[in-house]
Amino acid sequence: MKGETTVKCHRISEGKVTGEVLISQDDILFYLVDPESGRILEKGHSLEGKSVAGKVLVFPAGKGSSSVQVDGLYQLMIRGNAPKAMIIERPDTILVTSAIIMEIPLVDQVDPLFYELIKDGDCVVVDADQEQITIIPKA
Amino acid sequence: MYLTEYEQEMLDGKYGAAQAMALKVLVAVGECFGAKRLLEVSRVHVASSNQEADVWFAEKLLKLGGRCLVAPTVNPGFNVSYLSQHLSISKEDAELTERAHRAYRDLGAILTLSCTPYLEANVPRFGEILSYSETSVTIYVNSVIGARTNRESVQSSLCAAITGRVPEYGFLLDENRKGSVLVQVEADLKSDFDYQLLGSCTQKIGPGVPVFVGLPQNLSQEALINLGTQLNTTGSYAMFHIPGVTPEAPTLEAAFGGREPERVVTITDEDLQEIHRKISRPPGKIDFAMFGCPHLTFSQVQEVAQLVKGKKLAVEMWLLTSSLNKELARRTGMLEVIEEAGGHIVEDTCIDQPCWSHLKGKVGVTDSPKCAYYASMRGMNFVIRDLAACVEAALKGEVS
Repeated sequence: MKGETTVKCHRISEGKVTGEVLISQDDILFYLVDPESGRILEKGHSLEGKSVAGKVLVFPAGKGSSSVQVDGLYQLMIRGNAPKAMIIERPDTILVTSAIIMEIPLVDQVDPLFYELIKDGDCVVVDADQEQITIIPKA
Repeated sequence: MYLTEYEQEMLDGKYGAAQAMALKVLVAVGECFGAKRLLEVSRVHVASSNQEADVWFAEKLLKLGGRCLVAPTVNPGFNVSYLSQHLSISKEDAELTERAHRAYRDLGAILTLSCTPYLEANVPRFGEILSYSETSVTIYVNSVIGARTNRESVQSSLCAAITGRVPEYGFLLDENRKGSVLVQVEADLKSDFDYQLLGSCTQKIGPGVPVFVGLPQNLSQEALINLGTQLNTTGSYAMFHIPGVTPEAPTLEAAFGGREPERVVTITDEDLQEIHRKISRPPGKIDFAMFGCPHLTFSQVQEVAQLVKGKKLAVEMWLLTSSLNKELARRTGMLEVIEEAGGHIVEDTCIDQPCWSHLKGKVGVTDSPKCAYYASMRGMNFVIRDLAACVEAALKGEVS
């Protein structure tokens, strides 16, 4: 399709999804996300008040101790409010483990071009299995 | 990452879906940290909890036909049968705890329900490759025993138990285990409790592997537990050295692997006093006493029993320890002494549990800064003192 761009990435957790992008400048602790709405509750966070539910979430890294991070993501997942996929820069044991066991596609090592082109609200196809992301700009 | 033929078969599902999923997790973690291969683990400790996500994952592995290749020891939740007799326990909390125990039992875990596996039930030897989770445990086995583990999560250590494998990176490798920060201790460490404060000075010590000099050579097991627990709780450290005491530091030079320290830090009495003021509430009236984060050793149970013998406690007192120590306390008469004073010895139980909801908003006394830190999220507030001062406060109802 016209205007589409496909970039390389590295698969951490498998799967292929299409969804709307939400970009965070800050690291994310899923414990500080409201499980009922998917909204980020953390004060001063760049996504405070925005919902991660069903989004392709682009953020630098996870943070926080293991139990609260895993449980935070789990509480979102059982309510259907987890992100559809996660695109990160710096993986850690907790996030890697959580994504695989909760079957959420997770990729890192994305071509820097992606970060130049991507905007909130863009639609992307995250194909972790083929290790590529396709950006479909808003019409 | 290189996989053996057996590991590749495991990943491909030849030995069942649970092993395939668990190995997938470990390979992904290994690739993130540049591991070249997997190693066999001989021991695992899982900091299991009755948190919903943990129970869900254990049950998921079970449904996939999971069974641990290496039987892990596990952390405490709370003792439903004992505490139901003394406290009001919600049906939901009791059920979740029982579900967790059932799932881990069926996965083949050894239900030790203790957070001090390095003292009993799961004691590694020098150089052994492990996958241990739990704050006080990882740093103790690395530093004091010289066995090798990364700071694993509940899930990654459970995956290691299911597969018998762990990715080779971090603290499993020689080069990452050497000291990097020289900590000159000028403070006068008089009691085991002072090591809680020393271990809490992590903002001053900064990141790395600290090497402590200026400490006595005859420090107790409890002092070593306290130091490691606080280093890991407040600063996520995996390892420390004390030349002449810990096994990978026969000398100062050996502790640093022949390299120069990246930093030299001095800790004084003022540093300890300052951190103590910062983490403890001011003295005053208390409502309860809580000990055992991590679980009390037998000699700590003994110390409390000697201090309360023939007396009556003014406030409720909870001593959390392993089931072995409770049994030993029973056999040696300590249990009777503590119960006659009005205290409880509880096995299989952690301070960070919903069973303590009646203590919300109340003020307690504890010898454990880790207890104070975690229980603050459940609305408990603590004055922090050494064990003897805590017991004295529990007898009077007040910290003077």
